[in-house]
Amino acid sequence: MNFDNMRFTKNHEWVAFENGSDVVTVGITDFAAGELGDIVFVELPEIGTTVESMQAIGTIEAVKTVADLYSPVSGVVKEVNGSLEENPDVVNKSPFKDGWFLKIDLEDRAQLDDLMAKSDYDTLVGR
Amino acid sequence: MSKKGRRGYRFAGEPAAAPTSVSDEYLRRDRPGLPHVSEPGVVRHFIELSILNHHIDKNLYPLGSCTMKYNPKVNEDVAAMLGFSGLHPEQSDADTQGALEVIHALEEKLCAIAGMDAFSLSTAAGAHGELVGMLIAKKYFADRGENRHKVLVPDSAHGTNPASAHMVGYTNHSIPSGENGEVDLDVLRETIDEDTAVLMLTVPNTLGIFESQIGEILKIAHDHGVLCYMDGANLNALLGRARPGDFGFDIMHINLHKTFSTPHGGGGPGSGPVGVKKELAKYLPGPRVRKDGGEFHLDRKNPNSIGFIHSYFGNFGIYLRALTYITRHGAEGLKRISATANLNANYLANALGDLYPIPYGKRCMHEFVASGEQYRKYGVKTLDIAKRLLDFGYHAPTIYFPLIVSEALMIEPTETESKETLDRFIDVMKQIAKEAAENPELLRSAPHETPVRRLDEVTANRKPILTAPLQE
Amino acid sequence: MPYIYHTDEERREMLDAIGLESEDQLFTQIPEAFRLTEPLAIGTGLSEYETVQHFQEIASRNNPAGGMTSFLGGGIYDHIVPSVIKHLAGRSEFYTAYTPYQAEVSQGTLQVIFEYQSLISRLTGLPVANASMYDGATAFAEAALMAAKVTRRSRIVHSTNINPRFVGVLKTYATAQDLQLIAIPHSDSGDIDRDSLLAELGDEVAAVLVQTPNYFGVLEAPWKIREAITNVGALLVVAVDPCSLSIFRSPGDYGADIAVGEGQILGNDMSFGGPLLGFMACKQKFVRSLPGRLVSETTDVDGKRAFTLTLQTREQHIRREKATSNICTNQGLLALKSTVYMALLGETGFHELGKICHARAHELASMIEASPGYSLRFDGPYFREFVVRCPVDATTVISEARKVGILAGIPLSKFYGSNAKNDLLVAVTEKRTTQDFEAFGSVLKNVS
Repeated sequence: MNFDNMRFTKNHEWVAFENGSDVVTVGITDFAAGELGDIVFVELPEIGTTVESMQAIGTIEAVKTVADLYSPVSGVVKEVNGSLEENPDVVNKSPFKDGWFLKIDLEDRAQLDDLMAKSDYDTLVGR
Repeated sequence: MSKKGRRGYRFAGEPAAAPTSVSDEYLRRDRPGLPHVSEPGVVRHFIELSILNHHIDKNLYPLGSCTMKYNPKVNEDVAAMLGFSGLHPEQSDADTQGALEVIHALEEKLCAIAGMDAFSLSTAAGAHGELVGMLIAKKYFADRGENRHKVLVPDSAHGTNPASAHMVGYTNHSIPSGENGEVDLDVLRETIDEDTAVLMLTVPNTLGIFESQIGEILKIAHDHGVLCYMDGANLNALLGRARPGDFGFDIMHINLHKTFSTPHGGGGPGSGPVGVKKELAKYLPGPRVRKDGGEFHLDRKNPNSIGFIHSYFGNFGIYLRALTYITRHGAEGLKRISATANLNANYLANALGDLYPIPYGKRCMHEFVASGEQYRKYGVKTLDIAKRLLDFGYHAPTIYFPLIVSEALMIEPTETESKETLDRFIDVMKQIAKEAAENPELLRSAPHETPVRRLDEVTANRKPILTAPLQE
Repeated sequence: MPYIYHTDEERREMLDAIGLESEDQLFTQIPEAFRLTEPLAIGTGLSEYETVQHFQEIASRNNPAGGMTSFLGGGIYDHIVPSVIKHLAGRSEFYTAYTPYQAEVSQGTLQVIFEYQSLISRLTGLPVANASMYDGATAFAEAALMAAKVTRRSRIVHSTNINPRFVGVLKTYATAQDLQLIAIPHSDSGDIDRDSLLAELGDEVAAVLVQTPNYFGVLEAPWKIREAITNVGALLVVAVDPCSLSIFRSPGDYGADIAVGEGQILGNDMSFGGPLLGFMACKQKFVRSLPGRLVSETTDVDGKRAFTLTLQTREQHIRREKATSNICTNQGLLALKSTVYMALLGETGFHELGKICHARAHELASMIEASPGYSLRFDGPYFREFVVRCPVDATTVISEARKVGILAGIPLSKFYGSNAKNDLLVAVTEKRTTQDFEAFGSVLKNVS
């Protein structure tokens, strides 16, 4: 796994970016997925929704808990991972790859600088 | 079991003519898909299901905050009397004098027990009562021209409290408990303000602790013009000893299915009467029963009422049972209930506290919250302890609640358990503690002796199967 | 003391164990100023025998419809409750158990709820039903709230011919959530006035609420309005009498989004209108917005078929203020009775019940129409209840009938004002016989 092109939030979301593109991919970390346990349902915003950083934009449900999904960045939702509807367990199995949640067209690329690098995130969760 | 041609019930006058006066477009084309079973077949099926249940007539049911006490049989006989069970709710006042008297009498007795000025019995459950409490508060402040929107709820509160506040558009603010498990007065003073509509408290709280500063807490609230609501889920601890109205509460609900022994019925029906102080009585939901000389009548014209909350008068059959219970006990009997409930809880807390530490202390009212935290080191969770208890023929305590105690086991034995039962339960809890250290797998794979073992809840949530497929 | 085990000696031992002198010390957490010194003003306790006598005396001051010739309806009906029901519901295993939190020792309750959900789903023709709610009125109100949440809209359109007891509760719930209610008048036939309804439809409307048969007993034809409702993105919510579904089209069949109703008739006592049984069913896509409990089939670790509560993250104990509703309990015991009732009557018995009620109601209606001065108020099709226009004030008919032990029905003036003062709502169940009708007829002959 290459984490160089990823940034993290204290709410345990990750953002993956590519050079030269304003569209980033968003998901939750392996730590968050592990804490929630078996994820049974994911509710995501509709394509075209304008979202703001730190705004609750969806929910992630396990058997006996539910967590809000906070948008790590501001922008417009370009794509959502439709396969999670049928197979939410992918988030547990592959949180950083197949278990991605949505793609957001960034309002402003500079906001990525406010997020954490992998090493800082690992410190946050005590790894 | 279902086979075409089998019948469980026949009516006089069968077979009846098919409807002819109605045009075809109204008629059902498919068959609804009910089974074809004989009467003995139906009886065997449901008896077979019944024996799979744990229930209070079988053994201890120490589910904290649910007050699983014995449900006296005479209550059922009274509720089944044709003079009550055969009443239609649209019958005239003249034909229902006895029923109206029952409502009036129970309202009066609840006022005396709780120290409130008026009760309405219309609410069908505790959460329903909370909703009415919030609606009363909303109307009260609207009438005063005040636009308050905050509700303060301690972090130890039952989940219905914030949900009920939210249903009327109020925002919920959690107050963290202090180190002694009680409301932290400093935090309360900081949080409460002129936007606060209601302070909701459970007394004793879900830790089984009485708020020793209750007078001061309610004074702080009242000084800010805030209404104080008591969730009466735990009233069993106070019966005949102290009254919420005397503490200063403005609104409260009582769970008749907890304190007053009406059966839980596998999840209902309950009943959650709402009591208020005099100045709020006009807001109570209708209809109200009034007494005029020796006659009772229904009053549906209450211009200030929050409105109707149930089709008719609430769960009448349930309050018959509660009134029967109160009639059996009288004042002295109710005092014995609270004393014995608290005695049993303290006896258990004292005996279990060393193996299952009680973070907020062994002295409690009717229930206490122990922690299974120390068994985590063996890879055993509170859930495993709860499941192992089922093997010994007990229901498990309430677990993982309140959230402020890690690996919480919330235990409420109630007054209707014998010392022998409590002693056996203590022995079993000790044995389980020992097993956790010596054979943790035994707990992790528990239960072993129950009709089914641990369930696949993940699949049940990912791909729920909510109905049985129709069989031809 | 009733229901308590402890001997004085045991109390002493237990107090010693916890290091207390007296039971009063169990209450020292309560500030002294608040500790009661006087006994509660509720009198002294009675023996069991005295208690039964006391309540028999009170019960004797009621004249229950169940012991008379009753034509009262309006949502609660005097149907036969077969003997089996009280014997099964009287099993301690069912009625002294609580919510099935520990599934391994609650399979009885869980499977009953699953069967209940299945049967309600089949009756209503909708794929999902919850484990039941307080009563028909609160289920109706919760359906409106649910529709508002699903559509994120706040206008609720309903017809004036819906059970006023339902509308009363709807108003209370709507006020709580700032929903606007728009009432649509009924037509001369007694069903909803479709032109008025179409005029109110717009993109602010969350739901259209209809009832069939409606309060006047008249059957609605919701299939005629469904498309218009769907076109504006609103939901069709139908309150329905489960008994009528034995012979009339199901809400699922004509595309309703949510169906609710009162299940008292399914084997439950009238009991002065409580406890009752609210049921609620919906389309699959709304399952996560459905309030109340749900049970799912699953398997245990050995692969054995089993049942468990599911989708609990919708509920208040997990989602707290963001829950779909604050509802916590269901009407478990009444859901059990209904499940037994539906199984016992079965496909054939339930169909016969519907036909009998329909035929008897029409028999009485023809007889009444033949009485000089009496007519049916509406010409729409009906099931087992109808409105009679009397030549005099309906309350006069009621009091005359009462003198001979007949409960003639509900005066519509109770809800619809003086315009309806001659209108009488009459319900007929399978309990009523031709002799009952003749006795009723004699009363009418004398009041004209």
